[in-house]
Amino acid sequence: MRALTLQRLLLRCGILAAILFVVVVIALKLGAVPVSLYGLARDLISVILGQRSALSSDYGMIVIDIRLPRILLGIIVGASLSVAGTGFQALLRNPLADPYVLGVSGGAAVGAILAILLGPHLALAPAVAVLLTPVGAFLGASGTIAAVYLLGQRQGEIDNGTLLLAGIITASFFSAIIIFLMTTQSSNLRGMSYWLMGDLSLSPPRSLYVMLVAGFFLASGIIYTTASDLNLLLSGEKEAMHLGVDVRRVRLVVYISASILTGLAVSVSGSIGYVGLLVPHVMRLIFGSDHRTLLPTAAIGGAIAVVIADTLARIVVAPAELPVGAMTALAGAPLFLYLLRKTTA
Amino acid sequence: MTISANSNQTLPRSPGDTSLSNNEIRLSVEQISYGYSPNPAQAPVFTLEATSFQARPGEIVAVLGPNACGKSTLLKLISGALVPLSGRVLLNGIEVTSLPYKLRAQRIAMVQQESPLLFPCRAWEFVLQGRHPYRGSLRFETEDDIAIARNALAEVNAEHLSDRWMDKISGGEKQRVILARALAQQPLLLLLDEPTLHLDIGAQVDLLETLRRLAARHSCTIVVVTHELNLAGEYADQVVLLQRGKCLRVGPPASVYQRELLEQVFQAKLAVEIAVSGRPHVSVLSGS
Repeated sequence: MRALTLQRLLLRCGILAAILFVVVVIALKLGAVPVSLYGLARDLISVILGQRSALSSDYGMIVIDIRLPRILLGIIVGASLSVAGTGFQALLRNPLADPYVLGVSGGAAVGAILAILLGPHLALAPAVAVLLTPVGAFLGASGTIAAVYLLGQRQGEIDNGTLLLAGIITASFFSAIIIFLMTTQSSNLRGMSYWLMGDLSLSPPRSLYVMLVAGFFLASGIIYTTASDLNLLLSGEKEAMHLGVDVRRVRLVVYISASILTGLAVSVSGSIGYVGLLVPHVMRLIFGSDHRTLLPTAAIGGAIAVVIADTLARIVVAPAELPVGAMTALAGAPLFLYLLRKTTA
Repeated sequence: MTISANSNQTLPRSPGDTSLSNNEIRLSVEQISYGYSPNPAQAPVFTLEATSFQARPGEIVAVLGPNACGKSTLLKLISGALVPLSGRVLLNGIEVTSLPYKLRAQRIAMVQQESPLLFPCRAWEFVLQGRHPYRGSLRFETEDDIAIARNALAEVNAEHLSDRWMDKISGGEKQRVILARALAQQPLLLLLDEPTLHLDIGAQVDLLETLRRLAARHSCTIVVVTHELNLAGEYADQVVLLQRGKCLRVGPPASVYQRELLEQVFQAKLAVEIAVSGRPHVSVLSGS
C-alpha cells in the first residue's frame, strides 16, 4: 500500500518538467534557421537579464521573438487542453470525452469569426482591436457553455447523457456555421485549417499571454481542489455522494473551469485535436488514475505533446509549415488505436 | 478468519458517541414516506407509505419484500440520499438530511449494487477512498488512514487482494473490498443494498457472518436489503417486511415469518419452520 505523498507527486511532476525543459530547448534550436546551443543559451541569458540589446544576431531575434512566444503558447494551450480533457472524462464518466466534446470549441470559433468580420466596422484603438478576436472567441465559448448547460438539464438537474448529447449537437451546429462563414466570407478570415485543425503560428499579442497564464492557473487550480472528488466520481455519482462528495458542486465547478480552459485554448490556437483526449490516457497508464497526480502530470504532458507536435509541424516541410493539429492527428490517431487495443486486450 | 491485533482500534466511534450503550437507539426511522414521479406535474407512479422502525447499536435489520416494493427506496431515505415527503430519519438523534455530505459520510456508509469503475484502480486505493470524508480537499492520506484501510481489508479477510486491480478480481472478492471501503469510513450505520446478489451460497454465508461479527465488535448498526429470506432469518435481529410500498410488519424474524403473511407477500406456497435456535427457516413447497 503506497499512498500518494507530496514528495512522490513533486518527483513525478519534476521529472516531467525536466523533460519539458529539454523539449523546449530542442524546439528553440530546431527550425528553418539553424541555431547553435551556445548561441541559444547566450541569447536566453541576455533576455533573462533584461539585456535585449546584447542579442547576438538576427538569429537571436528569431529565437526570442518568434520561436519562444510560440513555444510558450504551445505550453499553455497543451496544458489547458489536457487538464480540460482530464476533467471532462471524469465528469462525464466517458473515456472518449475531450475538451471539444461539449461544443465549446465550435462556439469559440464562431465567436472569433464574428469578431473578425465585425472588427473593421468598429472604430477601435489598435491595442483593443488586437484583442477583439480572442475576446470574441472567449465570449463564443462562454455562450456555448451556458447554452449546453441549460440544454443538458433534466428535471432541473444536470444529466450526463443529456449534457453529452446537447454538446455533440451544439458542436455539429457550430461546425455548419463555421463552414458557412468560411465559404461566404473567405477573403476576411484566417485559413480553414486554423479553426478545424488548430494552429500556433499566429501569436496573440503579448498582453494576452498574461491573461492566458492567469486563466490557466486559476481554472486548473480550481479543478485541482476537486481532484479527490473526481477520483470518487469514477465509481459513479451515487457512490461519490455516499463518500461525502457534494456531487452537484463538483460537477458545476469542473464543468465551468474545464470549459474556460478550452475556451482560452481555442481562442488563441483553434481546435487542436487529440491532445485533450489522449494525454490524460497516457498519463493514466504511467501514473495511475488518481487525479491528484493525473491533473498536474497531464498538464505538463500536454505541454510536452503540443510543443513536440508544433516543432515537427515547423520542420517536417520547412520552410513551409503544417498546422499543429495535423501533426497531433497524425500521431494521435495511431496512438489512440494502440491504446484502444491495449485496454481491450 | 484473521483479524489484526489492533483491529478494534480501527473503527472507533466518533467523539460523543462513546457514551452510547447498547440500550440506546442508534437509528430511528419515524413515519417516513416518499413518492416518485418521472414528471413532477403528474401523480407519483410509486409511493412508499409511512414506515417506522428503530435499531440499536450492534443490531442487524433486514429489509425484505418482493421486487419493486420499495426496499431500495427505504434504504436511500435512511442514507439521506432521498428526502422523505414526510417523517424523518434520526441517527443518534440527528436528522440525517441535515448533516453536511462529509459529516454524513463519516457516520453512514453505503454498500450499493456494484457500479463499474470508469478507470481501474488497485484494491488498496479503492479502500482508501473510504477515508475521503475525513480529509480536506488538498490533503494526502496520513499513516492513520493507511492503517485504518489496511485493517478494514483484514476485517473482511481481503488483505491478500490489496495490490490487485479491481477489474481483475471476482465478484465475491470485489464485494469484500467494497465492504472494506465502507468500514474505512468508520460508520455508525452501515447500509447494504442486496449485497448477496451474484454471490454463491458460501460467499453469501461468509458475508453475513462478517456483518454479524462487525456489528457485534464495533456496535455498528446494519441495515441490509436482501431477497434471501433464510439468510435474513438466520442473521437479522429485526426484519422490516414491505409489499407494494407498504410496511406490513416489523419485528424479530420469528414473529414476522408467518406462513400466511409470507405467502401473501411473495405469492408462493411456502413452509415456515422454527429451528431449535429460534430462527425461522422458509422452504418453497413443490408444485406451488
